[in-house]
Amino acid sequence: MKNSKYEKIADKYQAKETRGSNALIAFFVGGLIGMLGEGIIELLCYYTHISRNEASTFMIIILIFIASLSTALGFFDKLVTKFKCGILIPITGFAHSMTSAALDYKKEGFIYGLGSNIFKLAGSVILYGVVSAWFFGMIRYLIGGGA
Amino acid sequence: MTFKYDNVYVLDTATVGGPYEKKGPLKKYYDKTYDDLYFGEDSFEKAEVKLVKDSLNILHKKTGVKKGDVDLIIGGDLLNQISATTYGALGYSKSFIGTYGACSTSVESMIIASSLIDSKRINNAIVTVSSHNMSAEKQYRNPTEYGAPRPHSSTFTCTGSASMFLTNKKTSVKVESSTLGKIIDYSQNDPNDMGRVMAPAAIDTVKKHLDDLKRKPEYYDLILTGDLGVYGKEIFKDYMKSEYNLDFSNNYNDCGVMIYDLNNQRECLAGGSGPVCSGLVGFGYLYNELKKKKYKKVLLVATGALFSPTMLYQKENIYSIANAVSLEVV
Repeated sequence: MKNSKYEKIADKYQAKETRGSNALIAFFVGGLIGMLGEGIIELLCYYTHISRNEASTFMIIILIFIASLSTALGFFDKLVTKFKCGILIPITGFAHSMTSAALDYKKEGFIYGLGSNIFKLAGSVILYGVVSAWFFGMIRYLIGGGA
Repeated sequence: MTFKYDNVYVLDTATVGGPYEKKGPLKKYYDKTYDDLYFGEDSFEKAEVKLVKDSLNILHKKTGVKKGDVDLIIGGDLLNQISATTYGALGYSKSFIGTYGACSTSVESMIIASSLIDSKRINNAIVTVSSHNMSAEKQYRNPTEYGAPRPHSSTFTCTGSASMFLTNKKTSVKVESSTLGKIIDYSQNDPNDMGRVMAPAAIDTVKKHLDDLKRKPEYYDLILTGDLGVYGKEIFKDYMKSEYNLDFSNNYNDCGVMIYDLNNQRECLAGGSGPVCSGLVGFGYLYNELKKKKYKKVLLVATGALFSPTMLYQKENIYSIANAVSLEVV
C-alpha cells in the first residue's frame, strides 16, 4: 500500500533528469557511429573490390573489434558515461556488453566464470533478436514469397 | 526496541578508504587510503577482503589489544555469504558473528555487540564493515566495466572498511543507547532511488528512538543518517517537520552526502552508500570529532535498503531498515 502523504513529499524532491539532452547526445553520437560504419564500407569496397554485402560484414567485425579493445583497455565505460546510449545501442554496445561481462567473470575460471556469464547482458539481445528475426522472416515469406 | 547501556565504551576505530573516498572532504579522518581499486589483489572481491584485513590490522596496532584477547568480531558486507568479512576476519578473535542489514550493518552490529558487552557476556568486541564499489556493482547491477548511465538519484557504493573496538573499560566515548529498527515496506521499487526507499525506515527508527527516550532532536549535537543521499535527506527533513513537527534543520546531516564532494565528484551522483558509508563517516569523522569534544551527544542512524535484485525482478517491493545508536562524550 502506498502512503500517499509520503509519496507527495518524496515527489517534491525527485531528481531532475536531463532526458532531452541525453536523447540529443545519443542521436548524434549514434548517427556518427552509423556514418563511421558507412565510411568503412565505402573504403572497403573502393580499395579491396569486395561486394557491399561482404564489406558490411567486415565493417561490423571492425566496429566490434574497436569496441571490445576499448572495453579491455578500460575506457569504453567512460565513453558510455559521456555519450550514453549513443554508443550502447549500436553494435559497439553489444560487443561491450559481452567483453565487460567476460572481464568481470574471468577470475572465476573459463567454465563457471567467463563461459556462463559472458551472455549475461547480451543473452536477451541474442534470444529476442533470433525470435524476432524468425517472426519477421515469416511475415516476409508469407507476404512477399521470400523474395 | 530501545536499549540503554551502562558500561559500553569505544576504545578506538580504524578506517580505510578507496580512491573516491580519498578525493572526498573527509580524507583526513581515514587511517589509510588507496589510489586504485585493486590494492594489489587480482579481483575486486579479494580487494575487499584486503580492506577488512587492513582495518583490523590498523585497529590492532592502535589499540594494542592482542588478537587472542578479542572476544568477538561482528560485522558484514554486501557480498554473497558476507564473504569479505568472513575471509578478512579469519584468525582474529575468539568468536565471530556475521551480520547482514545491507547498509545498516554497521549500527546493527554495534547494537548486538553493545548488548553482549552490557549484559557482561563478553568484555570486548570489534565491529567491522566493508563495501567495495566494484564488487557491489558486480553483485547488484551490471558488469563493472559496462558503466551503464544512471539517473541522478542513484547512490554510489563507497569503497572501504571501518572497524570499531568496543569495550567494557571506561574511555572518553560511551555507547549510550540504541534503537533497533523494523523492516519497512512503503511500496518503493526503484533501485536507482534508494534515498526514497530508505527515508521511511530512518523516519520510523528516529521517531521511535526519540519517543522511547522522551528526547527532542535538539538533545543531540548531531544526528546522522547513513546513506539517504541528497534527495532522501530532504524527504527525511520534510516528513519529520510536516508529520511530527520535529525540526531537523540545524543538527542533521547524511553520511552519504558528507563523504563526497558532490559538486566536483559528479560520478557519485546523489551521494555515497554501502555499509562502509556510515562506517567511514561514523567511525572516522564522528568518532574523532567526539574525541575532540566538538560534539558531545550524537545519534548515528545507519539506513539499509534490503534490496534483492531477484525479488525485484519477481515484482516485489524493496524493503528497508534503519538502526540507531547514540554516542556520548563522558
